[in-house]
Amino acid sequence: MSTITNSIFTPETAARFDHLVTLYPVKRSALVPMLLYAQDEVGYVSDAVVAEIAQRLDLLELDVRNVLSYYSMLRTKPAGRYNVQVCTNISCMLRGGYEILDHCKHKLGIGHKEVTADGVFSLEEVECIGACCWAPAMQVNYDFHDNLTTVKVDEIIETYRAGKGKDVK
Amino acid sequence: MADVTFTVDGKQITAPAGTLLIDACKSAGIEIPAFCYYPGLSLQAACRMCVVRIEKMPKLATACTTTVAEGMVVATETPEITQARKATLQLLLGNHPLDCPVCDAGGECELQDMTFKYGAADSFYTEPKNHREEQNWSPVVYFDRPRCILCYRCVRMCGEGMDVFALGIQNRGSSAVIAPNIAPSLSPDNLAHLDCEQCGMCIDACPVGALTSGAYRYKTRPWEMNHVTTVCTHCGDGCKTTLGVRSTSDGAEIVRGDNRDKSGINGDFLCNKGRYAFDFANSQERITTPLVRQPNGDLKPVSWEEAFTVAGKKLRELRDTRGGKSIGVIGGNRLTNEEAYLLQKFARTVLGTNNVDHHRTADYVTFTQALAGQKGRTASWNDTKSYPAVLIVGGDPTNQAPGTAWNLRSDVRLNKARLYVANTSEIKLRRQARAFLQVAPFGYGALAGYLAGDASAASNAALDPTALGGFLEAVKGEEKLLILIGSELRGADLKRLIEFGLTIPGAKFALLSDYANSRGAADMGLLPDMLPGYTPVPTPGPFTEHNIPSEPGLDLLEIFDAAAAGNLSALYVVNSNPVARYGVDPAALKDTFVIVQEMFLTETAQLADIILPAANLYEKSGSVTNSYGDLQLVQKAGDRSGVRSDFEMIVRIADKMGADVKALVPFGKGLRADMGQSRGAQSGEADRHAVWLTANNLEPKLSPFDPWAILDEIQRLVPGYDLLRLQLLSGNDQHLEPAAAAATASRRDLVLPSGDGLFTSGTLGRFSPALNDVQRYQAGEPLIQIQTAAD
Repeated sequence: MSTITNSIFTPETAARFDHLVTLYPVKRSALVPMLLYAQDEVGYVSDAVVAEIAQRLDLLELDVRNVLSYYSMLRTKPAGRYNVQVCTNISCMLRGGYEILDHCKHKLGIGHKEVTADGVFSLEEVECIGACCWAPAMQVNYDFHDNLTTVKVDEIIETYRAGKGKDVK
Repeated sequence: MADVTFTVDGKQITAPAGTLLIDACKSAGIEIPAFCYYPGLSLQAACRMCVVRIEKMPKLATACTTTVAEGMVVATETPEITQARKATLQLLLGNHPLDCPVCDAGGECELQDMTFKYGAADSFYTEPKNHREEQNWSPVVYFDRPRCILCYRCVRMCGEGMDVFALGIQNRGSSAVIAPNIAPSLSPDNLAHLDCEQCGMCIDACPVGALTSGAYRYKTRPWEMNHVTTVCTHCGDGCKTTLGVRSTSDGAEIVRGDNRDKSGINGDFLCNKGRYAFDFANSQERITTPLVRQPNGDLKPVSWEEAFTVAGKKLRELRDTRGGKSIGVIGGNRLTNEEAYLLQKFARTVLGTNNVDHHRTADYVTFTQALAGQKGRTASWNDTKSYPAVLIVGGDPTNQAPGTAWNLRSDVRLNKARLYVANTSEIKLRRQARAFLQVAPFGYGALAGYLAGDASAASNAALDPTALGGFLEAVKGEEKLLILIGSELRGADLKRLIEFGLTIPGAKFALLSDYANSRGAADMGLLPDMLPGYTPVPTPGPFTEHNIPSEPGLDLLEIFDAAAAGNLSALYVVNSNPVARYGVDPAALKDTFVIVQEMFLTETAQLADIILPAANLYEKSGSVTNSYGDLQLVQKAGDRSGVRSDFEMIVRIADKMGADVKALVPFGKGLRADMGQSRGAQSGEADRHAVWLTANNLEPKLSPFDPWAILDEIQRLVPGYDLLRLQLLSGNDQHLEPAAAAATASRRDLVLPSGDGLFTSGTLGRFSPALNDVQRYQAGEPLIQIQTAAD
């Protein structure tokens, strides 16, 4: 039973949030995890998400926005169904991360933080995703793809475009 | 705390333990630069400008976060420190537009001063600067993002100081930016805006030109104005405000209101009205020619001479044929003390009537009578900064007296003061309160009764009568208690509350009223039954020399009743708008000869037979007394050709009536004063000598229009106004306690609160474009985006 009436979240997430606020000495400590879970569910941090989280944590919406805007992995606009995140940090850069990124840009016809017209793909250049041993690497939603080549990237993108990617929301 | 001794730049300094190094050095005359540090706000340590070398510390330390310790050895200016500060400045200037030539803060900018001092003019960055357009957050607050140095002063000022929390920091690193609380996505025009009290404290605190004032931006340069320090004309707190003044072809225009040197009774604070609502003075709607009504009903512009002649002749004729008692006089809440005193003296001695009144916004008669015979029981506004416990009954300082609210918040934050709030509404100050008691509707009388020991009043006193006991115990447990009283409490209720308060040995009182000199108007005897200093009319005491009629006169409502009954021959209204305020039927005045001294064609002025264009409080000299009884100096800042001060007009009318002007204004007694000739006028000593003469009450008052001549008389005759001249002239406040006699009979208090909030200020406020803009903005009307001079 959610403590917030008319929650915009699913009953499971709402229940999770109810629990989350009880875990910390101060309520606002739950802010960052809550934002992440909310983004996973809604796809981005909408104004409605900001409003409800502020209400849950007894914060001003301004406080939520202050934190939200600090983290680049939190977004306030919808991403594509498949958010392609290409690492260009040092290991990936040395192993051709920028070629992979450029290839993605060309292939998808979009740039950094942009979404394709059909809303299927979005593209982001990101810092280290912890896959240095298999650089260059990229992440589509929460799935890792490593040891990339442009050919491999094409295959991955086609797999997702065909709806066969395992990370379908 | 115990004192510690330490060394700074070879100089031995002693300061209480726990003092911040930056403050201790400042007290000792050693300046340590800082952008983010602001006294009274939480520490940020964001700017790194205050770095100093402390022996035995491995790195440079920030003086704003280091507390002094015994034996500490500090260096504040060494090549190492200079280099560090220069590097900091270079970083700050990395993305700074350096648009100083058009920036409002140019000449008053801390970043500019520091760059000048440390010479950080080189830039090592090749990246293009990250430019963003200026944002219009509200009619009065503009934000120029590239100029911002992210010191967080505005964020803390708004949150901690104002308890509004309308500003935050968003994004990260070099993209970090100050953001207001209405996000673009939530705004109809897709631009960020502010939902706040529009006080402009963020602008005041901003060390650079990132936050600028809607009233002042791109208007002029700081060094092109004259800066005149005077007292704000709006609420009863009486903040000191510095007006930036510039010559125009028809006088001197006020371009800016701010709190420039922070030397006033208000410390750091100034609210929306003090900062922006000076612009009524520049209004094009002002009356600048005397107007006399013609037989056909038209108002005809005439010369001053003609207007005064008509006014004087007619008043004299009506006094002589129908008697002084047929004349009514109504004064204003924004007159100086000298004008208010002069007006009642004119009414009582020249017109021969006690029919004198003003729009009363608090019952000061009962207040002073209830404290008759007590010494040191009235609170100065300064007490609200430091008293350990404060009880507010009624009123809403946040909206009615914002400076008081600021002081109380600061007192709670910095001194851990205990605040008790009793109010019918959930006023904002309850957020700082230790205890909040919600008084039942119309329950202040019952509450005063309950506090005074009448247990049966409990059921009518509070919404939850069970909360009363604990509240009373907590309040009674205080040894030093400041009792602030709203204008809701009057007459017997007010008396009972004060009687309760007097049982607490360390209690002090203040009664809050609504306008700059509401208190002064009452103190100066703009009342039908009270002479100045609350001296009852039948027992004039020191005023016996004035031969005043011994019968109390008609109060404001009775004056209009008399007019309606055809018994009022003349009405003289000085700087007041009773017709609108009291909803007077215009027909009531059809048989009355009405003279109005006013800035604008108000509802009252429209009914006048003679309208005399008046100067406002920013265009005259004198003194005013705030709600608390603190007297301050008013200095002439603006000017408008075609208007005259109320003081001069009263004197001129008296003159035209054939009165002995010298008896009205005791001027000219300094004719034999040493005017400096004997002291080397050529060597520039005359000015200094004049200051000395003035301070010792010896300055020549050569003109009947010199308010100081009346101040002399006030000082001589008004009980409790034994003020210190030097204190007044040096721009300091002084607390006065008019010594009233105890009440003899009950009387009508006739208090009508103004109902003004943060963005209204009586009739005057209607003529302030800034206040009108803010009201429209607060009501949700979209802002007009204005192009700037710099675009």
